[in-house]
Amino acid sequence: MNPTRRSFMKVGSGAIVATALGFDVKTAYAQAQELKIAKTTETRSTCPYCAVACGVIIHTLGDKAKNVTAQVVHVEGDPDCPTNRGTLCPKGSSLYHDILNDRRLLRPEVRHPGSDRWEPIPWDQAFEEIGRHIKSARDESFVATDARGRTVNRCENIAFIGGCTDTNEFNYLVVKTMRSLGLAFIENQARV
Amino acid sequence: MTNGWVDIKNTDMMLIMGGNPAENHPCGFKWAIEAKRQRNAKMIVVDPRHTRTAATSDMYVQIRAGADIAFLGGVIRYAIENQRIAKEYLVNFTNAAFLVQEGFKLPEDGLYSGFDEASKTYDRSSWNYEARGSSTPNTLPGNVAFDVTLEHPRSVYQLLKQQYSRYTPEMVERITGIPKDEFLKAADLFTSVRKDGDMKKAATIIYAVGWTQHSFGTQIIRAAAMLQLLLGNVGRAGGGVNALRGHSNIQGATDMAGLYDSLPGYLKIPSVDDKDFDAWMKRTTPTASKPAEWDSFNYYSNTPKFAVSLLKALYGPAANKENSWAFDYLPKIDREYSWTHIWDDMYEGKVKGLLAFGMNGVAIGPNSQKNIDALKKAKFLVVCDIYPEETSDFWRAPGITPEETKAIQTEVYRLPGAGFAEKDGTFVNSARWLQWKWAAVPPPGDAKLDQEILSRIFLKVRELYRKEGGAFHDPILNLTWNYSIAENPPLSEVAKELNGRALDTGQQLPGFAALKDDGSTSSGNWIWCGSWTEAGSMAQRRDNADPSGLGIHPNWGWAWPMNRRVLYNRASCDVSGKPWDQSRALVWWNEGQKKWVGNDVPDFKPDSPPEDHMGPFIMNAEGVGRIFAPLGAFADGPFPEFYEPAESPVENALHPKRSKNPVASRFSTPMDKYGTPADGFTIVCTTYRLTEHYHYWTKNNPMNVQLVPEPFVEIPVQLAADLGIKGGDKVKVTSARASYQAKAMVTHRIKPMTIDGKKVYQIGIPIHYGYRGIQEDAGRTARSLTNSLTPTVLDPNAHTPEFKGFLVKLEKV
Repeated sequence: MNPTRRSFMKVGSGAIVATALGFDVKTAYAQAQELKIAKTTETRSTCPYCAVACGVIIHTLGDKAKNVTAQVVHVEGDPDCPTNRGTLCPKGSSLYHDILNDRRLLRPEVRHPGSDRWEPIPWDQAFEEIGRHIKSARDESFVATDARGRTVNRCENIAFIGGCTDTNEFNYLVVKTMRSLGLAFIENQARV
Repeated sequence: MTNGWVDIKNTDMMLIMGGNPAENHPCGFKWAIEAKRQRNAKMIVVDPRHTRTAATSDMYVQIRAGADIAFLGGVIRYAIENQRIAKEYLVNFTNAAFLVQEGFKLPEDGLYSGFDEASKTYDRSSWNYEARGSSTPNTLPGNVAFDVTLEHPRSVYQLLKQQYSRYTPEMVERITGIPKDEFLKAADLFTSVRKDGDMKKAATIIYAVGWTQHSFGTQIIRAAAMLQLLLGNVGRAGGGVNALRGHSNIQGATDMAGLYDSLPGYLKIPSVDDKDFDAWMKRTTPTASKPAEWDSFNYYSNTPKFAVSLLKALYGPAANKENSWAFDYLPKIDREYSWTHIWDDMYEGKVKGLLAFGMNGVAIGPNSQKNIDALKKAKFLVVCDIYPEETSDFWRAPGITPEETKAIQTEVYRLPGAGFAEKDGTFVNSARWLQWKWAAVPPPGDAKLDQEILSRIFLKVRELYRKEGGAFHDPILNLTWNYSIAENPPLSEVAKELNGRALDTGQQLPGFAALKDDGSTSSGNWIWCGSWTEAGSMAQRRDNADPSGLGIHPNWGWAWPMNRRVLYNRASCDVSGKPWDQSRALVWWNEGQKKWVGNDVPDFKPDSPPEDHMGPFIMNAEGVGRIFAPLGAFADGPFPEFYEPAESPVENALHPKRSKNPVASRFSTPMDKYGTPADGFTIVCTTYRLTEHYHYWTKNNPMNVQLVPEPFVEIPVQLAADLGIKGGDKVKVTSARASYQAKAMVTHRIKPMTIDGKKVYQIGIPIHYGYRGIQEDAGRTARSLTNSLTPTVLDPNAHTPEFKGFLVKLEKV
């Protein structure tokens, strides 16, 4: 997406190496530079950490191949973003390890009442059970009118708490769904 | 932020307090350094710790955690005493000239007029302006009495002067621990931008959660805003009051009403007393309150247009004039349902189910053990996250025996959601910029996009209600859900819904001026109307040109409202509409065109000529900045008053009999304990973040864990010597609620302070660790949570807990 910048880096680095070592490794060095991101797809994203919200570029390989899942090979600051101008802090610089991380949760699980372990549960069953939990709790204590007869239409025994890297569009879907259930307890990292 | 990250480069003076951007917002902090390098701007840092921000400053002042209002009140007093104020700005753009009615009393004894001891609340009817002509009690008068000489003893200016006359340099020293001479040097430096009343220079105030997380946090920020109004710094390039928010989309979460008391776009949630839509609107739509000779745009007079458009977005044809726009579909509240109350109600057995999406409530606290004990009483818990974390694993938290685990009857679902690289949609940064991001890869394994998980849960509930009936289900069945993929709504479609459209033509609206209150428009969030027009997504724009050189970047992303990058920017000009500083002109009045034009989008009525004297603060009913905040604006006073933190080593030097904020909420379960010096809790403790870590997230990232592998407690050298602690020793910190163990990091960065003649130590603890993470799982840490120490005490306005400045004991293990 930004050949000028990359060409500049290649030429600049090659020249320095050639001088220092006394022989021309320019071609080999340029090759090494190319290997990492030359054929990648660049996707513009935003760092999920602090509210500077630095622009980042995620480099992936394999996007266009049939039956291949894109692989992230590199993450860097977006030099076009006016706020961070390509820089990243120690957290942003480690985003690659956040995306490709062997601690990621990969399947839905349930811990049954009284149990001491997580057990896998199919998605459909999880949605079925959670839907039932919500309906039962809501029906159990829904407050249509208060003691003075005023309409309140409130569900007070379920709470929703949202995080700091939920997108705005997701947060709007939260308002839509949870307020329609009558939830009064809707809170977010924004409070604390 | 009233301004933005890049705008910081335009400043001449920075007061950074309650924040540590060099470490916590490193890539934004470059603009502070840019201002120092390019403009020779000065930087004052006031913080309990000598942070890396302090290390780059021109002046560092060490303060006791929680004493900020005393410091800022002292600076206000200094500015007035030395006439370092923006007179023209003050008279015309603030309510300094307004008169306050008789019967209002300042808090010399710690209480404003109207306090009720039994209910611990204020009757705020006396906190009002004086009316000219008739007026209704508890309502802002339509025609306000005023005195442009500012000499009337009941003018806001004179009351301000009187209020802070008690905040002398000697008093500031007693409360904050800042030696008088040092304080005077800082006050002199900051107010020097307004030397001899010259308006050319601009100063900014920059803060973060070091200000919000107090039982009087809102009033600290009020004090900063008042100081900035007094100096004429709001609305100007390089000025403003700038909250450095802590998370990538926390501004967006606030805008989108992820909070119990609001609806999208800062509309107020209906109360039980609003018997219908009109009553709700009557209560929440302000009418202009100003001297008759002045003009006020009072933009919130359009509230009904925003509210009807929201209800149309939510309920489509089911919201119509006949059913009061489906007003009854919205829940009505009559009490506080904020964060800490969720856990309190759950602890009391009232909240049975919790849905947590990317939110680790146990680690965040406050008083984490109470939250764990609360979850033990819940029936079900649904956690959607990307890593194993403390909340979903509460049933095997440290200290819980296998027998206890068996007794915990909570059913817990742990659902794998998507990480940032896997999601598209917008984030709003601290500068109010909406920036679209694109998904780079699909979620790993069987993980799903968060919107799919939420939608499928909702659609399942809807299906059950459709089949079986149940409690009031009209809003559930009638909620609009016209997405091309119902079970996984494309976020571009949601973003368009947020912007809103004309319901007859189906066209995307160009901006919120097009919203109607007759049901002909819909908009999910009025302040974002204009973000996805017929021209496409404004948030996806990537032209980083900056023609003015002021860091406005008008075609990069989109800033709410209506792409205005500096809020209240009409105040960057004098009364006649001419910029205070031509070299940093944001907007100006063009007499030829008879309109406001400029480098930024005018945050003002574009055709209001200067002679009409319309106030620049168009979101206030007064049209001007509120130095005095009348009536119900704040729960604890129209001016900030210094109160001690809920747990404090000393009594309040201003009014020892009324030490703490009289209206701050506390809780009363057996888990809600509060410590005093008499119980041996004598050390002030504060919490903070590290550059290398992010909340409770990066403890799963091997690179961040390598950078800072384990928790520590930052301890002053002198205190360490008193207790025989060396760097690397294991120490235990104990509050009235719990204990925390980590290694000692003995430091010169926090020095002992003298507070009202008493020697006081402060310590600091990073928040980042817990009982799930790379190091935690390997058994290399004590697996304790910093927030197990923090108290359940809330700011009465923002309901934010007092995470900063509580009392602890310290010992070597």
